[in-house]
Amino acid sequence: MNTTTVNAEKISGFKLPQLSELLTGALVSSAIRLVALPLAGILAFLLLWSITAQNIDTSLGKFPGPAAVMEQFNALYDEHQRSREKEQAFYERQEKRNAERVAKDPSYEPRIRAYTGKETFLDQIITSLVTVMSGFLLAVAIAIPLGIAIGLSKPLNNAINPIIQVFKPVSPLAWLPLVTMVVSALYATPDPVVAKSFLVSLITVTLCCLWPMVINTAVGVAGIDKDLVNVSKVLRLPALRHVQKIVLPASVPMIFTGMRLSLGVAWMVLIAAEMLAQNPGLGKFVWDEFQNGSSNSLARIMAAVLVIGVIGFLLDRGMLTLQKLVSWDKSANQ
Amino acid sequence: MSWKKPVKTLAASLALAVGFTITPASGKELGYPEKEELTFGFIKLTDMAPIAIAYEKGFFEDEGLYVTIEAQANWKVLLDGVIDGRLDGAHMLAGQPIAATMGFGTKADIITPFSMDLNGNGITVSNAIWEEMKPNIPKMEDGRPVHPIKADALKPVVEKYKADGKPFNMGMVFPVSTHNYELRYWLAAGGIHPGFYAPHKGDTSGQIDADALLSVTPPPQMPATLEAGTIYGYCVGEPWNQQAVFKDIGVPVVTDYEIWKDNPEKVFGITREFAEKYPNTTVRVTRALIRAAMWLDENNNANRPEAVKILSQSNYVGADYDVIANSMTGTFEYEKGDKREVPDFNVFFRYNATYPYYSDAIWYLTQMRRWGQISEDKPDQWYKDLAAKVYRPDIYAAAAKSLIEEELATADQFPDFETEDGFRNPQTHFIDGIVYNGQKPNEYIEKFAIGLKSGQKL
Repeated sequence: MNTTTVNAEKISGFKLPQLSELLTGALVSSAIRLVALPLAGILAFLLLWSITAQNIDTSLGKFPGPAAVMEQFNALYDEHQRSREKEQAFYERQEKRNAERVAKDPSYEPRIRAYTGKETFLDQIITSLVTVMSGFLLAVAIAIPLGIAIGLSKPLNNAINPIIQVFKPVSPLAWLPLVTMVVSALYATPDPVVAKSFLVSLITVTLCCLWPMVINTAVGVAGIDKDLVNVSKVLRLPALRHVQKIVLPASVPMIFTGMRLSLGVAWMVLIAAEMLAQNPGLGKFVWDEFQNGSSNSLARIMAAVLVIGVIGFLLDRGMLTLQKLVSWDKSANQ
Repeated sequence: MSWKKPVKTLAASLALAVGFTITPASGKELGYPEKEELTFGFIKLTDMAPIAIAYEKGFFEDEGLYVTIEAQANWKVLLDGVIDGRLDGAHMLAGQPIAATMGFGTKADIITPFSMDLNGNGITVSNAIWEEMKPNIPKMEDGRPVHPIKADALKPVVEKYKADGKPFNMGMVFPVSTHNYELRYWLAAGGIHPGFYAPHKGDTSGQIDADALLSVTPPPQMPATLEAGTIYGYCVGEPWNQQAVFKDIGVPVVTDYEIWKDNPEKVFGITREFAEKYPNTTVRVTRALIRAAMWLDENNNANRPEAVKILSQSNYVGADYDVIANSMTGTFEYEKGDKREVPDFNVFFRYNATYPYYSDAIWYLTQMRRWGQISEDKPDQWYKDLAAKVYRPDIYAAAAKSLIEEELATADQFPDFETEDGFRNPQTHFIDGIVYNGQKPNEYIEKFAIGLKSGQKL
């Protein structure tokens, strides 16, 4: 008995630590992989940035380092808060003015007009996000049906392919002047539902992020396993059911790859379009600051650059998650 | 952004304020504005101040106007915005409504009821050009150069570049900009030919026969373009000359105050259609702008520091306080450290600065003819008719009179509207000593050594 216990103890004493060691080893290594290494990378980047920044002299002062950018983040947030207070006061003044006018002229129907102050940095972020998502969704609505049609029909593919090939490599911004003029000409209502600038940004984004989705969808649809197509043929599925039951599920991974590519393009195009056309959003913020040429401008632009980068990253992650959720192919990775 | 409106309206209705009466600033005779929500465009320059002040000091709101103010990328975008209705009105170059009405560039009926300021521009050259110019400039006892500096000092430099086969590039902000005409005026007064336009031959670059090649750059980009070496000098409004001093990349050599003392500058432009469709709104906008201009010049410029603070906000001009203050508070810094008193560098109300004089419009037309933008001779009456089509002292007078009635202003602050004919007395303070009489534009054009004369056509 004694010996067995001892043995057992010996065994357990010998084995258990090894297991936990293994476990902690795995934990440590994954901690290093997931936290420490990225952290080290970021720290090294910040250090490098800081050192480089100190050695770049521009005519607007030194290139902003991490500290200066952080300071501007705070300043931008304060500005946002102040702007909200001003907004409050604006509405209060308006209420007063309306009440006064009603007192004088009872037939007057008071209206509340939207705040006319400047858009803060946070407002610009929201504007850009709304614009990019609207443009992207519009592109999805056009590209996926078009891609499926092209993928299913060889003749259609032959007809449309040259157009796609020609338009795909067009620099996004080459569209901008055309879009601006066309929107101005066609969208001439006195009381527009959405602002023209919003429409211009949106259509430019749509035009540019259409192509990766069309191509990927078409390729995905055309490349469906022959067995699946044969099954559909044997079952004599009607066209719509064929698309619904066979084509869509089978090509979902490719479609989502296309969507992910497109969203990345959309975000890049939007910022550039906003800069060029001075449409509201982060791009306008960057350009305004460049034009201001104040001693804080570079740090503020850098702050915007970081925000643009982080948002781009989050959009991509979001699409990836969505892709994994709807796709049976769990191997889709970074 | 329109998509935000519902949210904001909701927020506003939640934020119900307790109403108590304040004295209305709006007159009884003058009706309520037909259009209350307006969008005005501007370019990042200190002379947009009346618009910013009218907004920040609540003068627009006093008129029942809810105005959004948007910076524009360049003068072309701004003009197109007003024409296509994206903007209801804008801070404009005086030449823009005139040229648009005439059909040079874009054709559109644009009018102005309000002139925005006098002076406010400068000509800056790069440090390298300044070093080459310096030996040609006489010095005062303390060693500083004698001002005004004439283009005579630049002439040998330009000639050297020409002899070396290098183009001498300079920047201005728009083909019909004050800056284009001021730079040309200064250059030509010093014997440097700035080049002709020939629109009837499709040549709108303005470089025919030129010694110095002038090209267009938007105002806020001037310092960056100079720094990049694309141009050797430029003419632009403030704060972009002082910015060059602060950034240590260039030296302002002359201000427009020295080229032509108290010259008319920007105007507030709207379409004729807007003025006809919304007459009350037009008068109310003019009232608010007049009050803003008065505020800017009040008590001997006492409000200027506050104005500078407002303009330095990133949504207006956005440059640093110090840079804007340098010229807005009665001084101007030439070469770094050489800060001189120029009390009238920026005039917003004094000397009837805001009254839209026909003679001011006609001066611009004479320069358009001088440089070939108007390709053929026109009779004096043509100049006057066009000026009367664009400049609208009638709207200004209506606004001013109602302000006087409400005791927001006094009659002695304005020209005598009963006798005013819209022509300033012949003006003498030009750098080349030539006298300008707006009544006789053709006679005036004949006086220049460089420039098209009657009967000449390119």
